[in-house]
Amino acid sequence: MTETLTLLTGGATVGAPRWLHPGAWWIWALGLGAAATRTTNPLLLGLIVAVATLVVSARRPQAQWAGAFGVFVRIALVVIVIRVVFAMLFGVRIGATELFALPTVGLPEWMAGVTLGGPVTAEMLYIAVIQGAQLATLLICVGAANSLASPVRLLKALPAGLYHVGVACVVALSLAPRIMVNVRRVMLARRMRGRPTRGLRAAAQAAVPVLESSLDDAINLAAAMDTRGYGRATATTARERALQATLVLAGLVGIALGLYAVLGASGWGWLLLGLGVVMAVAGIAVAGRRIPRTRYRPDPWGLPETLTAGSGVLAAIAVMVFATTSLTVPLSWPTLPPVAVAAILLAASPAVLTPSPPLPWRTS
Amino acid sequence: MISFEDVSFTHDGAQSAILRDVDLTIPEGDLTLVIGRTGSGKSTFLNLINGLVPHFTGGTLRGRVTVAGMDTRTHPPRDLAGSVGTVGQSPRAGFTTDTVEDELAYTMESLGFAPDVMRRRVEETLDLLGLTTLRRRSLDTLSGGEQQRVAIGSALTAGPSVLVLDEPTSALDPAAAEEVLAAVHRLVHDLAITVVMAEHRLERVIEFADHVVRLDGPLRLEEPAQAMGGHGLQPPVVRLGHALGWDPVPLSVRSARRLAQDLRHSQPTAPARRPAGKQVADVMSATVRFGQITALADVGVRLNRGQITALMGRNGAGKSTLISLLTGSRRPQIGQARVGGTDPADLQGRQLLERIAYVPQDPTDLFYTDTVAQECADADADTGFPPGSAWNRLTALVETVDPRTHPRDLSAGQQLALALAIQLSAATDLILLDEPTRGLDYPGKAVFGQWLQDLADAGSSVLVATHDVELVAVIADRVIVLADGEVVTDTDVRSALTSSPTFAPQIHKVLAPLPVLTVEEACLL
Repeated sequence: MTETLTLLTGGATVGAPRWLHPGAWWIWALGLGAAATRTTNPLLLGLIVAVATLVVSARRPQAQWAGAFGVFVRIALVVIVIRVVFAMLFGVRIGATELFALPTVGLPEWMAGVTLGGPVTAEMLYIAVIQGAQLATLLICVGAANSLASPVRLLKALPAGLYHVGVACVVALSLAPRIMVNVRRVMLARRMRGRPTRGLRAAAQAAVPVLESSLDDAINLAAAMDTRGYGRATATTARERALQATLVLAGLVGIALGLYAVLGASGWGWLLLGLGVVMAVAGIAVAGRRIPRTRYRPDPWGLPETLTAGSGVLAAIAVMVFATTSLTVPLSWPTLPPVAVAAILLAASPAVLTPSPPLPWRTS
Repeated sequence: MISFEDVSFTHDGAQSAILRDVDLTIPEGDLTLVIGRTGSGKSTFLNLINGLVPHFTGGTLRGRVTVAGMDTRTHPPRDLAGSVGTVGQSPRAGFTTDTVEDELAYTMESLGFAPDVMRRRVEETLDLLGLTTLRRRSLDTLSGGEQQRVAIGSALTAGPSVLVLDEPTSALDPAAAEEVLAAVHRLVHDLAITVVMAEHRLERVIEFADHVVRLDGPLRLEEPAQAMGGHGLQPPVVRLGHALGWDPVPLSVRSARRLAQDLRHSQPTAPARRPAGKQVADVMSATVRFGQITALADVGVRLNRGQITALMGRNGAGKSTLISLLTGSRRPQIGQARVGGTDPADLQGRQLLERIAYVPQDPTDLFYTDTVAQECADADADTGFPPGSAWNRLTALVETVDPRTHPRDLSAGQQLALALAIQLSAATDLILLDEPTRGLDYPGKAVFGQWLQDLADAGSSVLVATHDVELVAVIADRVIVLADGEVVTDTDVRSALTSSPTFAPQIHKVLAPLPVLTVEEACLL
C-alpha cells in the first residue's frame, strides 16, 4: 500500500530537498489530531488516518527515528482492542441489539454498582470502537509528526528556556535504541558463557549489565556535552530563578486544567488555557534570558511551512465547526459533512507541496 | 599554557592516589603525548585538563591545574569549553546531533556564538579536516575515521587553544588512523594548537610528539627519544634500535631506514610459523544481508587447529558479522557455518563453552557479578577448571588488580584482561576475539600474544579480528582481509603483510623488501 501511495506522490517535489521546519509538521499533526478528538464519525476518522499515512509515506526521511510511525500505529490498534475488551467486561449496558451475553460475575457487596460481564450489545461495541478510534487516530497523528520531524531539529527550534528539558527528552529518545543494542550484545555474551538466555532468571541477570552499559552510554554523553559547553548559564539572582519557576509551574498547571476543560467542552476552559499559555511563555522567556545559546542555520519558515501548518489548523477548525458530533443511541448511519471532508483532504497537500527531506547518502 | 602545580588526585573510595605530585607545564603549540601502562591514569590526566576531573567524576584533587589562565577548581568543564576541546575514546558516544554540520556547530551554539561567526567557522573546519564532502551526511553513516575527524572538528570550531585527545586511533584501522593523525599534525603545525594526546599505539604517534609525559615514569616533560629509553613502552622500531645498538634510537620508520641500509642486504632466514592442523571450523559460501546492505557476500573461510588467523579490514568490512556466524549468534541467509562438524547455532551451555570461546568488542558484556574475584570463581565453576585458574590467568595479564574491584571500575585494558581470563579458561577448539588489544599496553599485549600462541600450540584454532598490524606480525600464522563483505586476501601472514603498504608492520617498512616482520626476526639477520 505504501508503494502505491509513494507512486501517487513520490515524484513531485517543491524546490530542492530540505528539512521542513519541525514545528510545521507538529502543528499540522496536532491539528489533525485535534480534529479527531471532536468527531465520532468513523468516515472522518478513517479519512484522517488515511491522510496522515499518505503524507508520512511521501515525506518520511530515511532515518532511524522515522520508523516511529509504525510503532504508533501498532500502539493505536492495541488501544482500540483494550477499549473494546474493557467495554465488554465493565461497560454500561446500553442499547437493545444484543449480540451475545458474557457470564455475569457476582461481586462482593462493597463493589455494588460495578457489573462484570453481562449482555453485549452492538451499540456498546460500536461506541467502544469509536471511542478507541478517536484516541487511536490522535496517536497516529502524533506518530506521523514523530516520523516526519527530526527530534533533534525540533529541539533546535525550541525556545532557549525549554532547551534543557528538551535535551533530556532527546537523550532519553536516543538511548532507547542503544538499550536494544545492549540487550542483544549482552544476551550473546551470556550464551557464549554457556548460560541460559531465556527465562526470568536470565533476564534478571542480564538486566544488570544492560542497565550498566546503558548508564555508561548516558554518562559518556553527559560528559561529552559538559565539555562542549552545554548548560552554561549566565549569573542570575535567586529572585529571578524563583519567578521563572513559579511562572512555568503555574502556566503548566493552567494549561493542563484548561485542556481538560476544553476537551470536556466547558466554556471557561479556553480562558484558563490562554492564561496558562501566557504564564508558561513568560516563564520560558525569563529562563531563556539566562541561557546564552544561539542557533546555527535554523530551519527557515517559508511558504511550505505556512501551508503545512495552515492545512492542519484548517482541518481542526472545519471539523470543530461543521462536524463536531457525539455518540448517541440509537445509532445512525454516519454522513459525510462536505466542508470537513474537504478540509481534511486539504491536509494531505503537504505530501506534494513540501520539499522532500534530504537523503542520508548512505545507510548502514 | 597548561600547568600542573603539585597535583595529586584520588578517586572516591580508592586507597591511594592514581596521580601523585604532578608538577609540570605543557608548552603552548606543541603536541604532548601522555603514555603509561594500562590503568596508570592517562584518562584521568587528560580529564584534569578539561575539568571533567574532578567536576564530573568526583574524587579528591590536591594542588592546582591552570589552563589558559583558568583554575580548573573554579571553572567547570562547560566554562572551559571555549578554551579546551575534548575528544573522548569513542566519538560516537559523544555525538549530540544527527548531521556533520550540526555536530560541528554544537559547541559554538552552546557558547552563544553569533550566527555569521558560526557559519564561517564551520566552513573553515570542514576545509581544514577534509570533511567538505560529508557536510550533510548523517553521523550514523560515517566510517570510524570520519567520525573521529568530525569529533575533532566539533571540538575545534569554538576556537580552543588546547585540544585533548584520548586514544584517538585505538579503534581505527591503519588507514583511518593515518588520516586522523595527519589532521592532528596539521592542527599543531598550521594552527599552533596545543595538543595533549594519550595513546597506546606508540608506533602510530611517537614520531609526531614534541614531548612525552610518562605517567609511570618520572612525571615530567621528556624528549621523545629520551622517553623511549629502557622501559616496556616501546614501539617496534625503537625496540629494533635498542636491540641493534643504534644511537640515537630512531623514532620513525624513515630515520630507521637510513640506519638499516646494511641490514637490508643480508639474506633472511625467515623462521617458519606454525603449520595448519586439522580443520575445526568452516564457513561455506555465506551471504548475510541486513536490509539493503550486504554484510558478507559469498564468504568461504576454513579455520585449522594450531593456527592463529588474523581477520583484518576496514571498520564495517564484515569482520564482526563473520565472527557472529562462527559464534552461532546468526545464521547466514545463504550458505552455512560449521564448528567441529555442527552448526554453532545449535550449540548451548557447556557444549558451546567446550568448543567456542568468544571475547566481544566490549568485554564488560561478559560480567554479571560485582567483584573480580566472584567473576573468576563463576568462570571456574562454568568451565570445571580448578578454583583459582581464571584468577591466575588474570594476574599474568595485568599486574595489579584488587580482587574486590567491581569489573566495571577496571580500566579498559584490565576489563579486557578479565574477559580474556574468564573466557579462555575453557580448553576450547575455537577461540574468537573481536578487537582484543584496544587499551592494552605493549607488555600486556606481549603477554596476551604469548598466551594466544600457547593456546594455538596446544591445538586450538584462534581467530582474531584486529586493526593492530604489529600484533598480527608477531602472533598470526595466516591473514584474512575482508573488504566490503568479500574476502580479498587469504594467505600466510608473511605474504599478506609484506604485499600491502597499509598493513605493513614497522619492521617490514624499515627493512623492505626483506620479508621480515618482527624485531626478533630482524635480530636474526
